[in-house]
Amino acid sequence: MRMGNALLMGVAALAYGVLFAPIVVIVVFGFNAPLGRFNLIWQGFTLENWLHPLRDAALSQAFATSLGLALSASAIATVLGGLMALALTRHRLRARSWIEMLLVLPLTSPEVVLATSLLNLFVQTNLPRGFGTLLIAHSLFCLSYAALTLKARLVEMDGSLEEAAMDLGARPLQAFRLVTLPLIAPGLLAAFLLSFSLSLDDYIISLFTAGETVTLPLYIAGAFQREISPQIHVLATMVLMASVALLGLSVRSGRSA
Amino acid sequence: MNVSRRSPRAEARPPLHRQAWLPWLLLTPGLIWLLLWFVLPLAQLLPVSLSENADRFRMTLVFRGRIANYAEVMTQYAPVLARSLAYAAASTALAALIAYPLAWVIRFRGGRWKGLLLALVVLPFFTSSMVRAIAWTTLLGDDGPLLSTLRALGLPPGTRLLNTAVAVVGGLTYNALPFMVLPITLSLERIPTELLDAARDLQAGPWIVFRRVVLPLSAPGLAAGIVLSLIPAAGDVVNAQFLGGPNNRMIGNVVQSLILVQRQLPRGAALALVLMALMTATVLVHVRRHGSSDLTLS
Repeated sequence: MRMGNALLMGVAALAYGVLFAPIVVIVVFGFNAPLGRFNLIWQGFTLENWLHPLRDAALSQAFATSLGLALSASAIATVLGGLMALALTRHRLRARSWIEMLLVLPLTSPEVVLATSLLNLFVQTNLPRGFGTLLIAHSLFCLSYAALTLKARLVEMDGSLEEAAMDLGARPLQAFRLVTLPLIAPGLLAAFLLSFSLSLDDYIISLFTAGETVTLPLYIAGAFQREISPQIHVLATMVLMASVALLGLSVRSGRSA
Repeated sequence: MNVSRRSPRAEARPPLHRQAWLPWLLLTPGLIWLLLWFVLPLAQLLPVSLSENADRFRMTLVFRGRIANYAEVMTQYAPVLARSLAYAAASTALAALIAYPLAWVIRFRGGRWKGLLLALVVLPFFTSSMVRAIAWTTLLGDDGPLLSTLRALGLPPGTRLLNTAVAVVGGLTYNALPFMVLPITLSLERIPTELLDAARDLQAGPWIVFRRVVLPLSAPGLAAGIVLSLIPAAGDVVNAQFLGGPNNRMIGNVVQSLILVQRQLPRGAALALVLMALMTATVLVHVRRHGSSDLTLS
């Protein structure tokens, strides 16, 4: 028993060690002063990279593109997904299980298949590839995540509160604005953040649909052969810190609601 | 159930939130989005996979009902297909072996730290997967910390990790961990502790409690974890591309090069659909046995 317990704790500790090993490398190598063009081997400590996080102009440009893309794709996904989640949880629908299946399928399809199908559609319809096609692709794969996240939150939430508001004379839209919306705000934030981080991280689907537009993952993939600047590690650390802060915020607002 | 006590007009017509067309109004924009950019493109892949190139540079096609495309890619890329499935299976098995004890510790030993411990499993995935791949090349490099340590412990010099199957399977296993830990933890969460106490009261040892009580009850979570890990692993591109070198290409890498480099849209589509069929079959088997709720972690 005691040995089994020690073994369990050992595996758990090792797992956390492995999970955080690359994260530690990313954070530490933001402070590295590499000799050549590749920030892969530790040479010495410097604050230079953190003082000039935007020195690598092409990297910064790709980062800005990715942020804009992630913001707009998440906005589309959260709105469309939120409306779908409302319909699926607040109304009786005969087609419900079909619609849910349709939402799950993009998640269980390999990314490279989605990428191929979208590229083919854009080629056959002569839609020029660029930011617009990236936005279509990203908002599509974020939509399923956003809708399912919000659906889970709405199921937990008691629908009778809205009924009560309407029994007390609130019109349906008023009830939605004054009761439902504040209650699902943490869920909306969670869905938005999830979509945002998925979009920011996407490589395969972007590779197929980007045309000449360069997102952050596309830039880094290209940089693998050319130059890996320490600014890549700095920006990744910044994104991680922002995610942790926002995650904490969303957990706290979820608790107080 | 809610008999309206409001004005007669409201009684004559059901209130807005009860009207049958409202849910469809809410669903329409999202459904249009899914139909336009998911169902339609996916359906198009079938005729494309049976076509021939008319102009490879512009990627224009002629439909010829060419089933031979499938036979060609299946024979030419059979080794790659087998390798992809083997890597996916190996990484899924490894992830399950690591994730199950981890989920157990989180559920039964986590106490009030449970939420935090679970969040720490997900946290590393808020860094870009591409930057993580760079970090892995640092960690697994020939003079990196891992190999230096192992050499000091007696590993023969010249042993490499980067550009080997070990690195690819390791990377896939890492990515699978949250997809394994979350559903298993959720299913362990549903097991009442009284049940374990009862088993112990009946003199069951810890191994018997695990084998006869906990494992069967958490099987749906484990099954969901397996599906959620297998699919991204089998179709993965990044790990083989950046950690595997030229000898460890997987299906995703071949589809990518067929389409983006060789501009062979029909054969790329055929190979993608083979992968899709394999993965859809896995999902359907799972849904028939366990339902779909565990797959969406709800």
